[in-house]
Amino acid sequence: MMAEHLIAFLASTVGAATPLIYASLGELMVERSGVLNLGVEGMMLVGAVAGFAAATQTGSLALGFAAGMTAAMMLALLFGFLTLTLQTNQVATGLALTLFGVGLSAFVGRSFVGQVVAGVKGVSIPVLSDLPVVGPLLFRFDPLVYGSIMLFIVLGWFLSRTRGGLLIRAVGESPSSAHAIGYHVIGVRYLAVLFGGAMSGLAGAYLSLAITPMWVEGMTAGRGWIALALVVFATWKPWRVVLGAYLFGGVTILQFHAQGFGVRVPSEFLSMLPYVATIVVLVLICRDPKTILLNQPVSLGRRFHPDA
Amino acid sequence: MLKLEPRQEPSTLMAYASPLLAVVLTLTSGYLLFSLLGKDPLQAFQVFFVKPIETRYGIGELLLKATPLILCALGLAIGFRANVWNIGAEGQLTIGAIVGGGIALYFGEVDAGWLLVLMLLGGMLGGMAWAAIPAFLRSRFHTSEILVSLMLVYVAQLLLSYLVHGPWRDPAGYNFPQSPMLQAAALLPVLTEGVRTNLGFVLALILAALSWVFSEKTFAGFRLKVSGLAPAAASYAGFSEKRNVWLALLISGATAGLAGIGEVAGPIGQLQPSVSPGYGFAAIIVAFVGRLHPVGVVLASLLMSLLYLGGETAQIQLSLPAAVTGVFQGMLLFYLLAADLFIHFRVRWAPKHPVAVHASTAVPEKPAAQEKPA
Repeated sequence: MMAEHLIAFLASTVGAATPLIYASLGELMVERSGVLNLGVEGMMLVGAVAGFAAATQTGSLALGFAAGMTAAMMLALLFGFLTLTLQTNQVATGLALTLFGVGLSAFVGRSFVGQVVAGVKGVSIPVLSDLPVVGPLLFRFDPLVYGSIMLFIVLGWFLSRTRGGLLIRAVGESPSSAHAIGYHVIGVRYLAVLFGGAMSGLAGAYLSLAITPMWVEGMTAGRGWIALALVVFATWKPWRVVLGAYLFGGVTILQFHAQGFGVRVPSEFLSMLPYVATIVVLVLICRDPKTILLNQPVSLGRRFHPDA
Repeated sequence: MLKLEPRQEPSTLMAYASPLLAVVLTLTSGYLLFSLLGKDPLQAFQVFFVKPIETRYGIGELLLKATPLILCALGLAIGFRANVWNIGAEGQLTIGAIVGGGIALYFGEVDAGWLLVLMLLGGMLGGMAWAAIPAFLRSRFHTSEILVSLMLVYVAQLLLSYLVHGPWRDPAGYNFPQSPMLQAAALLPVLTEGVRTNLGFVLALILAALSWVFSEKTFAGFRLKVSGLAPAAASYAGFSEKRNVWLALLISGATAGLAGIGEVAGPIGQLQPSVSPGYGFAAIIVAFVGRLHPVGVVLASLLMSLLYLGGETAQIQLSLPAAVTGVFQGMLLFYLLAADLFIHFRVRWAPKHPVAVHASTAVPEKPAAQEKPA
C-alpha cells in the first residue's frame, strides 16, 4: 500500500515539475543574456488560456501547444520592445507584463470556464511501460516530460559548448564588450526574451492541457514566480534547474498525497508548502552573497543603450 | 531614421504629461477593443466611465473603492522611490484583515469606541509584521524582496482561507466559509447618509498628506529618495541600505494592513475567503501612474477605482467579463512605461550614418536645445 502511494507520488511529482522546468529554463536563458523578465507568471497564464482555447476549438493538442507558445511569445515581444528598444525599467515592465497577463487571460478565458479537453496522454511502450515500478516511474509519461529532460541537456550543452551559448553569456556578462567587438547585443537579447516567452507559454499550456486539462482563472497559482526563484536556486545552471524543479514538484504534490501517507494537517497548510519552501530555498542560496556574486550574470536587469 | 537620444536633463513636462498620455492611449485601445468585441464604443465608454458615477451613491462607491488603493499605493510609492520592490501588498492587506478582524471577533461583545481603534492598529501591525519578513530576509540574507513578498501573498491568502473554513467560521452561517458579521462598534462609520464611503477615506487622505510631509520634509524621506535616485551617492553619504529596506517595507506593510482592516471593517463587514479583488496588485500600477507622489496616487486611485466600477457595470449592461478591468489596468501601466521613455530620451530624426551624428549634430545641439525649457 505504502509503495503504491510512493510510486504515484513520485510519478505525479514528475508531472508537476515539468512546467517548472520549461518556464525556468526559458527564464534562465533570458537572464543569462542579462535581462530580468518578471512577467513569467503572466506569460504562463496567457499560454495556458491560448493553448486551451486553441485545443478546444481545433481539437488538436499540438495546435494548442503551438498557440500557447505563440501567444506567450507575443507578450515576450512586447516586453522586449519596451525594455530593449524603449529602454524601460525591466522590473516595472516585468510586473506590468504579469498584471496584464493575469487580466488578459481572465478576460479571454471567461467563455472557456467549465469546458474540458482530452488532455495529453502518457506514452505506451510495449513491455517497458508495463514493468512494475520502473514502468510508471520511467516509461509512462507524456512526451513533454521527456522533452523537458532533452531541453535541459541541449541547453546545458548549448550554453557551455557552442559559439551561440558563448555569445549569450558574453552579452549577459559584459554587453559593452560584446558590442565593442561587433555583436548585436539588443538582437541577442531579443532572441533570448522570445525563447523565454515560448518556454513560459509551453509551461502554461502544459498546465491547461496536461496536468489539469481545463481552464481556471489564475491557474498558475504562482508557478511563474516559483520558476523565477528556481533560476536563482539553480545559480543560473541548467542542471540545477531540473534538480530544483523536481524538488518543488514534490513539495507541490505532497498536499494531494499527504493523506495517503497518514499526515493529518489542514489542507491549507499543506498548500502553503511550495511558497514557504521557495522562501527557505532562496534564503539558503542567497545567504552567502558570494554565491550570487559569482554566478549571477553581471549585467542582469541593467539596460544597455549602444550609444550611451 | 528615427533615433532615440538621451536628454541631458530629464524633462519635467514629460514627467507630468506621460500619465495623461498613457490614459489617452489606454482609452484609444479601449475604443478599439470595444469595437472589435462588436459593442458600440461610445455607448461602452458611457457605461464604463459615466454610468457608475452618475448618482450620489455611485460617487460614494468610487471613493470607497479608491480608499484601499490609496492606502496601499502610498506605502508602495515610498518603497519604489528607494528601489525597494514590495509587490506583496496584497498579502500584507490580507494579514491586516485577519489581525484586525480577529480582534473584532475576539471582542465580539464589546460596544465601545476603543475597539475600532484597536482593530485599525492591529491591522497596521499585522501588515507590518508580514512585511517585516521580506525586510528581514533581504537585509540579513540578501534575499530578493520581490519574490519573498510575493510568495507571502499566497501564504496569507491560504491562512485566511483556513481561518474562515475552520476555527473562525460562523456557527450559524449555514456552513458558508465566512466569519460572523461584525458588530456595529467594529465598523467604520459612514461619512453621510446614502453612501457607503466611510471614515477610511478620510484616513487615507490624511495619510496621503503625511506621506508628502515624510517624503519632502524629513531626513528619513530624503535618504530613501537619494538611495533610489543615486545609490552610489547614498552609500557615500553613509545612508544605510538596510535601514531603508526596513523603513520602506514597514511603511508599505502598515498602509496595506490598514487597507485590509478597512475593507473588513467597511464594505465587507466580516471575514471571507477573499477580502480584496487584487487591490494590492492594482496599487502597484496606481503608484507608478501617480508618479510615486501622494497627490498623483490619490488621482490615480480614483481612476483605477472607476475602472473597477466600470468593469462591474460593463458586466451587467454589456455582458462583458468584469476581467476587462484587468486588461485596462495592465495596458495603462504598459503605456505609462513606454511614455516615460520621453522623460529621459527624445526622438530625433538622424541621418543613417552614425559617425556623422556623433561628430557634427549631437554635441553642439544639446546645450542649445536645453535652453528652451528653462
